[in-house]
Amino acid sequence: MTRDIAVVAFAQTDHRRTSEDLSEVEMLMPVLHEVLDRTGLKTADIGFTCSGSSDYLAGRAFSFTLALDGVGAWPPISESHVETDGAWALYEAWTKLLTGEADTALVYSYGKSSPGSVRDVLTRQLDPYYLAPLWPDSVALAALQAQALIDAGHTDEPALAAFAARSREAARDNPHAQLRGPVPHGDHLVRPLRTGDCPPIGDGAAAVILAAGERARTLCPRPAWIRGVDHRIEAHGLGVRDLTDSPSTRLAAERAGAFERPVDTAELHAPFTAQEVVLRRALRLDDTVCVNPSGGALAANPIMAAGLIRIGEAAARIHRGESDRALAHATSGPCLQQNLVAVLEGDPR
Amino acid sequence: MPEVLKAPLVVEFPFTRSLGPVQSAFLTGLRERVVLGVRTRDGRTLVPPVEYDPVTAEELGDLVEVAPTGTVTTWAWNHDPRRGQPLDTPFAWVLVRLDGADTALLHALDAPGPEAVRTGMRVRVRWAAERTGAITDIACFEPYTGATPPLTGHDGHFDDAVTGIVAHARLDYTYSPGRAQTAYIDALRGRRTVGERCPACRKVYVPPRGACPTCGLATSEQVEVGPRGTVTTFCIVNIKAKNLDIEVPYVYAHIALDGADLALHGRIGGIPYDQVRMGLRVEPVWAEGARHPDHYRPTGEPDADYDTYRELL
Repeated sequence: MTRDIAVVAFAQTDHRRTSEDLSEVEMLMPVLHEVLDRTGLKTADIGFTCSGSSDYLAGRAFSFTLALDGVGAWPPISESHVETDGAWALYEAWTKLLTGEADTALVYSYGKSSPGSVRDVLTRQLDPYYLAPLWPDSVALAALQAQALIDAGHTDEPALAAFAARSREAARDNPHAQLRGPVPHGDHLVRPLRTGDCPPIGDGAAAVILAAGERARTLCPRPAWIRGVDHRIEAHGLGVRDLTDSPSTRLAAERAGAFERPVDTAELHAPFTAQEVVLRRALRLDDTVCVNPSGGALAANPIMAAGLIRIGEAAARIHRGESDRALAHATSGPCLQQNLVAVLEGDPR
Repeated sequence: MPEVLKAPLVVEFPFTRSLGPVQSAFLTGLRERVVLGVRTRDGRTLVPPVEYDPVTAEELGDLVEVAPTGTVTTWAWNHDPRRGQPLDTPFAWVLVRLDGADTALLHALDAPGPEAVRTGMRVRVRWAAERTGAITDIACFEPYTGATPPLTGHDGHFDDAVTGIVAHARLDYTYSPGRAQTAYIDALRGRRTVGERCPACRKVYVPPRGACPTCGLATSEQVEVGPRGTVTTFCIVNIKAKNLDIEVPYVYAHIALDGADLALHGRIGGIPYDQVRMGLRVEPVWAEGARHPDHYRPTGEPDADYDTYRELL
């Protein structure tokens, strides 16, 4: 690696069940302004812009183009978009900065789940021949994974309830979270998962700014240096995979350098409680690691932004001096199909 | 501010998808009540079959029959079935490893309740009464305690194989245009056009979307523009669109309403199509009960000077 690149600023919306009073770009604008204000940069100063979102959430083709009004796309800018979580947009921006083509990047992502039914919407990302015609919804697929973990003896319903309680307790300190404090474990939504095992459905947006080398030090007192990022995918056929394991997460973590030294913080994108079991095993996290101090996706899961928020929350902990080496994970697809791992470090103190 | 607008939005799409040789054989087999898998070079049998080995990426095509009976590898009880799912009574989602297969197939299991389902239980295919060559030719699985039936000996070759499927999808939304566009649409109800001014560059955007695309700043100051405007550029449409009750040729134009710094789109009427020109002064024509101008017609004023709209092209 020829250049050091850091996350120098992070901002997110308050995550809410609905934001019907705002269009996507109106929801996004305050976040873009906040993240720029944190660095003193103007939109015209940004070298590269990359975003993540999904037309299926909006119900409109090329919906991301309307959000471009928010980043000052005239005069022409260098811009790109990924049709997935913003964590992958950050990966693209990171590689762009590595090439030396740009010194700063603005990465943002957003999702409004409130206009539609997200359980149904997510079925459209499944294989169209064997799965999508059956309309298996996102909770059902996560429940299959949870039962596989219970059968394998890796967890049980009380343990899952404890993950949910710990996450929402941690979210007490997160003013942006949608669910905070005690949340009833509730009835089965799709057994064995109860409502408390599932993420809230909500609208939200997030943005980060990346900067290279000395530029990062001028923009942030304690930059969160990206030591590595990698992302991997597994077979789309659920019956081909061992749902109790996540070899893609393990491989991404290894390639991102996560196992070279211990981390003190891990922000995991586990929308369902049982998925934290899988990720903790894949990432070899023990009780010495502070997992999801933000509350994680169980406290706020704005689709397409929740993965970028994991990176942002990990970086913000380094900015504040609460972490020296943090791991951030993002996922996409059913049952942790695609996984991205980033390793962030602060300067030695 | 006025209450934000909302309207139902239904997105429906019948995707016609072609099948490769492997998926064609599998889905044709279901139509004929035969379940086929595909054999990998190292001897595994993948059901449902895929065209490429998920481990080695090697192309696969060696089809082999497996039994319509199998074992549940994991399950989840769905007490509240949703639209489009295989059964409309409570059922279990199951991954089933069919006898002879090394991987599992996702489908529904018809069972009286969650206490009747467990990992490791034996099940068999319940065929749909009418089968077309689709995954839904398996109506669902059902509990089964009998022996594995003998295979039919099918080799996976069919004279009249299905070569495609139609994948229906429907998603229901409640669309809301947000604050700025709600204000724009509300104003149109009173036959007024409002834009928003950027706090930095002072340009007025119509229709407003809540942000200045040049400065990247939020906008909120409303400005009434028009009703008259200037044609900045135009084209002549010669192809009649389906379901559109407008005779061709007609003129589609960019119109800079007076006071606006962005041209909007509109049809030009009340003048022969070949007499429309840049700089033509126009005004909106409203149809009774319409929510937006039907078209724009000449005002009769002298044409606008090119320099007054050159920045808006």
